[in-house]
Amino acid sequence: MTVPTLAALSAGLKTRQYSSVELTLAALARVERSQPQLNALVTVTAESALAAAAAADQRIAAGTAGPLTGVPMIHKDIFCTAGVLTTCGSRMLSNFVSPYDAHIVTLLADAGMVMVGKANMDEFAMGSSNETSYFGPVSNPWDTTRVPGGSSGGSAAAVAARLAPLATASDTGGSIRQPAALCGVTGIKPTYGRVSRYGMIAFASSLDQAGVITVSAEDAAMTLQAMAGFDRRDSTSIDAPVPDYVAELQQPLAGLRIGILKEFFGEGLSAAIEGPVREALATWQRLGATVREVSLPSLPLSVPTYYVVAPAEASSNLARFDGVRFGHRCDKPRDLVDLYKRSRAEGFGAEVKRRIMTGTYVLSAGYYDAYYLKAQRVRSLISDDFRRAFTEVDLLLGPTTPTTAFGLGDKTSDPITMYLNDIYTIGANMAGLPAMSLPCGFADGLPVGVQLIGPHFAEGRLLAAAHAYQRETDWHLRAPPAFGADFAGEA
Amino acid sequence: MSGEWETVIGLEIHAQLATKSKIFSGSATAYGAEPNTQADLVDLGYPGVLPVLNAEVVRMAAKFGLAVGATINRRSVFARKNYFYPDLPKGYQISQYELPIVAGGHLDILLEDGSTKRIGITRAHLEEDAGKSQHEGVGVSTIDLNRAGTPLVEIVSEPDMRSAKEAVAYMKKIHTLVRYLGICDGNMQEGSFRCDANVSVRRRGAEKFGTRAELKNLNSFRYVEKAINLEVARQIDILEGGGTVVQETRLYDADKDETRSMRSKEEANDYRYFPDPDLLPVIIEDSFVEAVRASLPELPDDKALRFQQQHGLSPYDAGVLTASAEMAAFYESVVALVPSDPKLVANTVMGDFSASLNKDNLDIANSRVSAAQLGVLVSRIVDNTISGKIAKEVFEAMWAEGLEADAVIESRGLRQITDAGAIGAVIDAIMAANPKQLADYRSGKDKLFGFFVGQAMKATDGKANPALLNDLLKAKLAP
Repeated sequence: MTVPTLAALSAGLKTRQYSSVELTLAALARVERSQPQLNALVTVTAESALAAAAAADQRIAAGTAGPLTGVPMIHKDIFCTAGVLTTCGSRMLSNFVSPYDAHIVTLLADAGMVMVGKANMDEFAMGSSNETSYFGPVSNPWDTTRVPGGSSGGSAAAVAARLAPLATASDTGGSIRQPAALCGVTGIKPTYGRVSRYGMIAFASSLDQAGVITVSAEDAAMTLQAMAGFDRRDSTSIDAPVPDYVAELQQPLAGLRIGILKEFFGEGLSAAIEGPVREALATWQRLGATVREVSLPSLPLSVPTYYVVAPAEASSNLARFDGVRFGHRCDKPRDLVDLYKRSRAEGFGAEVKRRIMTGTYVLSAGYYDAYYLKAQRVRSLISDDFRRAFTEVDLLLGPTTPTTAFGLGDKTSDPITMYLNDIYTIGANMAGLPAMSLPCGFADGLPVGVQLIGPHFAEGRLLAAAHAYQRETDWHLRAPPAFGADFAGEA
Repeated sequence: MSGEWETVIGLEIHAQLATKSKIFSGSATAYGAEPNTQADLVDLGYPGVLPVLNAEVVRMAAKFGLAVGATINRRSVFARKNYFYPDLPKGYQISQYELPIVAGGHLDILLEDGSTKRIGITRAHLEEDAGKSQHEGVGVSTIDLNRAGTPLVEIVSEPDMRSAKEAVAYMKKIHTLVRYLGICDGNMQEGSFRCDANVSVRRRGAEKFGTRAELKNLNSFRYVEKAINLEVARQIDILEGGGTVVQETRLYDADKDETRSMRSKEEANDYRYFPDPDLLPVIIEDSFVEAVRASLPELPDDKALRFQQQHGLSPYDAGVLTASAEMAAFYESVVALVPSDPKLVANTVMGDFSASLNKDNLDIANSRVSAAQLGVLVSRIVDNTISGKIAKEVFEAMWAEGLEADAVIESRGLRQITDAGAIGAVIDAIMAANPKQLADYRSGKDKLFGFFVGQAMKATDGKANPALLNDLLKAKLAP
């Protein structure tokens, strides 16, 4: 059974095997059928999707189409979409229709992509299981009693279930890679600043990075090609030329130095994960890569550091949700303070409140130095560790997650256990590094992901290594049986 | 008793930078637009939007820093000051906290006794303004976010001032400077230039500062002086009554002419400052600083010194004439026409001319008499066509009727009498008509000389050349 990739769909559209409207109708139908089981989307934009598809078909007919033109896709609901509900998974924004498009929404629309809907997510991207969404949890297409991971759980589940070949996502501490791993799909978090944050609702500004979840590394390269680049509306966006990621996929692997992250293979890593990850490593060795162990002694500090820095920034970023100009407003406020208190108390869920309180605490007078400032120092140490490592190796490798997808409800009562799910992914955010997760096998029928981390701006190297691996293996092409019907065949 | 107390004042001056667009968005900054028409999604703090620094504000702040001899920090950082208020859309104000763009400058003020005093400038930092809340009666407040995101430079002084008068002198000097530099329009009614004052008192000779109160809402020089004096009196009253001053923020109410408590230290917000992760540190190159330095105009103090040295003006006159760049330029234009007597030009500009501007509430750009016209008038004094006294009358006619000096002099026959024969005849007639005064004068009542001058001026409608009249009178009255 073959499941088309973005590359295949792009080719099919070009050769008129099907039209964009046909593909879009098929995607919309799959979305509709999947919703009761997966709840992967918050909003379906059938009408505008069909209009965009018709326009894409005209471009294809006129010969002005690009590689992405006419392909259906889904945006994580953290990206603002003009005229469309943009909820960020929160009751606070359950009525928010954005007046503008996020930068990447504009770029992908300009490339001719067809948005069929908005993906469910953990509220304000705070969560690792998609269970904090106001719109209900998302299920893992491989086992609907399990979580898809988070916060981009809707995006990962949608691509795993082949509702669309790709979904945008965002990654603050692993929110692209962890759900990609748990859902058996490919996810890339680019270098901080590589993709504009304009229009991506902020969680922790210094860590947030937009990226994409796809079936394959090649698809990720094609999509990133359109998303990456300088945007003057984002001061942290980096003004550096965007390489030809698709061309770089062909880079030979011979001589590639892979570092195994010692700290990622110790206590806490399940054997079910370690096996497939080590097998993947062997595959890369067969392809010509050399392997050595690398130690990043500060890396184990990344989780506690993250849970100071990210909530601190979040506590400030989320202050704008006050019930005054947009979003949820409490009924009949008695006065200003009542308006603030009740609108926020009602609008935010428990995890968001927990992080706002944590963040407010660590920034408070008398605690700032002990928490926030210290965390920033540790963050520098982590970055230094990575910098040193990249003088010896080209890429770092490790598991994406300590375990496979856990059951819905299993960890909701214990935030600390939940937080430890991101233990392998947070380091890359701390240092602003590009990182990917790609499927490398299964354990008890559940997908396992292997993570690659590169130096700044080494997206091309990451994608090439992933692509070489995916030419040797077919883990990424396996689709969950319940949702795996041929996507394009339905068109 | 109050003679034992010493007042200590530090000012925080907020000057709105005269950029066309806001500090972090592309919205216009023009004053007076319909409420909420000059606020875009960034100013409104919409989800997902990001600030982008307006490079012009950095240039303007650097200009100020260089003008007060400060260090331009090569790296400065924007921080978030977090608090909730309806006119603060994001729930935080972007400001500079630990690393401001300007650090450590100074400004000299002229004291009433003619001496100068150096006031230290601790720092100047960039920040965005909040919107405006208007409380319209009970239960109704409206918000105008046009001002939200307007660029401000906050200039923080050392606690170096010892009286309300010094504080006002310092504030006026800063006001002059920012307008010279073209970085602020200085319009205090529109709130472009406003100030908070930190005020405390201590026993004269004490080393430790007293507990201070911060006075807010001081948007005129007069209010600054009144509010500080009120606050000093209040604090001295408390201390002399055996009480202690509480650290608090107080609001000056101009209508009631009182200060009242806004919030105490305990009620103060914990602003939870931290570096704004949406903005990179501002990195300034030496070449940028040098380019800004090269673009600086002649500064008020330099200009005043030049007026003293080149024109022989007093420090006071030079200070008045350089209080605004427009005034100084006007004065210099007139001096160019009458290079022989800058002092006379200075007196005319500071006297009748300035008085008329004030009376009609005009600025120099809208003056009814141009520099060229005033130059002709002053020349007519210098070349003895008219006397200084007659010049007043001519000026009034020029101002009121828009006439040229020469036309007024001719049409009203104001030309000075310099004919010794004609003046001599007038003197003879006066002597004949006042034999008693003449006799008294000749018997030693010297003071009566003034009587004869007055009579002669009266008889000539003030047109007699004063010097010539003087000489002739002395000769003729002599026994």
